[in-house]
Amino acid sequence: MIKLVDVNKHFGLHHVLKDINLEVPMGEKLVVIGPSGGGKSTLIRCINMLERPSSGHVVVDAVDLMAHRAPIAKIRQSVAMVFQSFNLYPHKTVLENCTLAPIVVKGVPKEEATETALGYLERVGLREKADQYPAQLSGGQQQRVAIARALNMHPKVMLFDEPTSALDPEMIQEVLDVIIGLAHSGITMVVVTHEMGFAHEAADRVVFLDDGMIIEEGTPEHFFKNPQHDRTKLFLSKILR
Amino acid sequence: MSGLFQNIGFLQQGPFSIPRWEALFSHLDVLGQGALVTLLVASLGLALALALGTVIGVMSTSHWKILRGIARVYVEFFQNTPLLIQVFMLYNALPMLYPQVMIPVIVIGIMGVGMYHGAYIGEVVRAGIQSIGRGQLEAALAQGFSYVGAMRYIIIPQAMRIVLPPLTNQAVNLIKNTSVIAIIAGGDLMYAGDSFAGRYGHYGPTYIVVGLGYFLMCFPLAVLTRRLEDRTKGV
Ligand SMILES: Nc1ncnc2c1ncn2[C@@H]1O[C@H](COP(=O)(O)OP(=O)(O)OP(=O)(O)O)[C@@H](O)[C@H]1O
Ligand SMILES: [Mg+2]
Repeated sequence: MIKLVDVNKHFGLHHVLKDINLEVPMGEKLVVIGPSGGGKSTLIRCINMLERPSSGHVVVDAVDLMAHRAPIAKIRQSVAMVFQSFNLYPHKTVLENCTLAPIVVKGVPKEEATETALGYLERVGLREKADQYPAQLSGGQQQRVAIARALNMHPKVMLFDEPTSALDPEMIQEVLDVIIGLAHSGITMVVVTHEMGFAHEAADRVVFLDDGMIIEEGTPEHFFKNPQHDRTKLFLSKILR
Repeated sequence: MSGLFQNIGFLQQGPFSIPRWEALFSHLDVLGQGALVTLLVASLGLALALALGTVIGVMSTSHWKILRGIARVYVEFFQNTPLLIQVFMLYNALPMLYPQVMIPVIVIGIMGVGMYHGAYIGEVVRAGIQSIGRGQLEAALAQGFSYVGAMRYIIIPQAMRIVLPPLTNQAVNLIKNTSVIAIIAGGDLMYAGDSFAGRYGHYGPTYIVVGLGYFLMCFPLAVLTRRLEDRTKGV
């Protein structure tokens, strides 16, 4: 479903991703962990071309997004992203946040987009907030709306970049529960997170990214029980206190 | 004290004498016609300025260097040369290049203030767009919006709230600046007033009433600007 081949990314002189090779088969739930500044956000943002790699190939749904005139906007319609800072549209109601792109970008009829949006809002437990504005919601609620907004595009892939790290501790679980629920559907997911409990419960595979390189990968159990590299051990010892 | 009353003769003669006021008030329709022309030039000029300003503002924030460059040159050119020269260019120089085209003075006025204030509005729009966090554009692009679509549905509607006060301020300046076409016999309020005044020397009262005319058009907008500013601060 997703294939990164020899991906490099430079920000000026700063070499942020170094020869990344990564394949995510359809339906896999991949968790990306690693220290701050290690390149996790850059990596996940390369998958939908919010960052354009300096070299290499990014193949999503059999389309090489690095190719000349690649249909990037088209692919983005089926690759939804949930951001750390929610990025809901503040001038639109919760419902409109969920229906705007389906209507405008995909050409879904308004009634249909509304109906499916209300279904997804129900699923994240916020149907009764449909007519409110994002500013009237708590952080956890906003992030759940952002997930409903993403789902209403009926994506094949969902990307999460630290979806809970901007939240107050008491709101983290409500958002994780929603994401775990999604993980049990067939969708392909890439999740950057430090929530190892989530990784344990939902991930098929974990990759540890440090200094722009994939240092180690394996099942969640592998990382809990016998991580191999010193850097991995050091990192895990910090987050698994 | 009594000196003041001895000088009561200023009501009979001099620049502000009663006969001059009477002459003006019996010809107010001339000024009315001029005011209509001013309103026409101002409203169409504002429409042009808004359209140009939005395009220039969006261009100034695009990733493409060429577009940013074009917008920059446009803004710097129109902001750093007098409006009067731009109007003279359209009025005098353009017909020398293309003698067959004859642009009506009113259209020159609309183009003049439209292009000039388009540059200023472009800067206002640019600042407004840049005040919207980068996350909004990214969220829109990530959903498959094109750059222009993201601007249209996500960024500009939010920027609009922020730029409304400076925009109405531009409208006030634009209305006043339409008076440049008086110099090319534009038939606007300033021109109507000036030519009436010049005929009999009724400058004093005429300029006061003409000034009042502009004031009546601009002041409500100035009040609106202040209201909008308060509202923006309030939220
Ligand atoms: N737009 C940018 N311009 C310049 N440097 C950048 C840019 N984005 C990221 N970087 C740099 O690239 C490196 C990797 O950043 P990235 O955001 O991918 O790390 P991360 O693993 O997501 O970290 P965090 O856990 O703090 O989110 C950092 O050193 C960062 O400063
Ligand atoms: Mg990050």
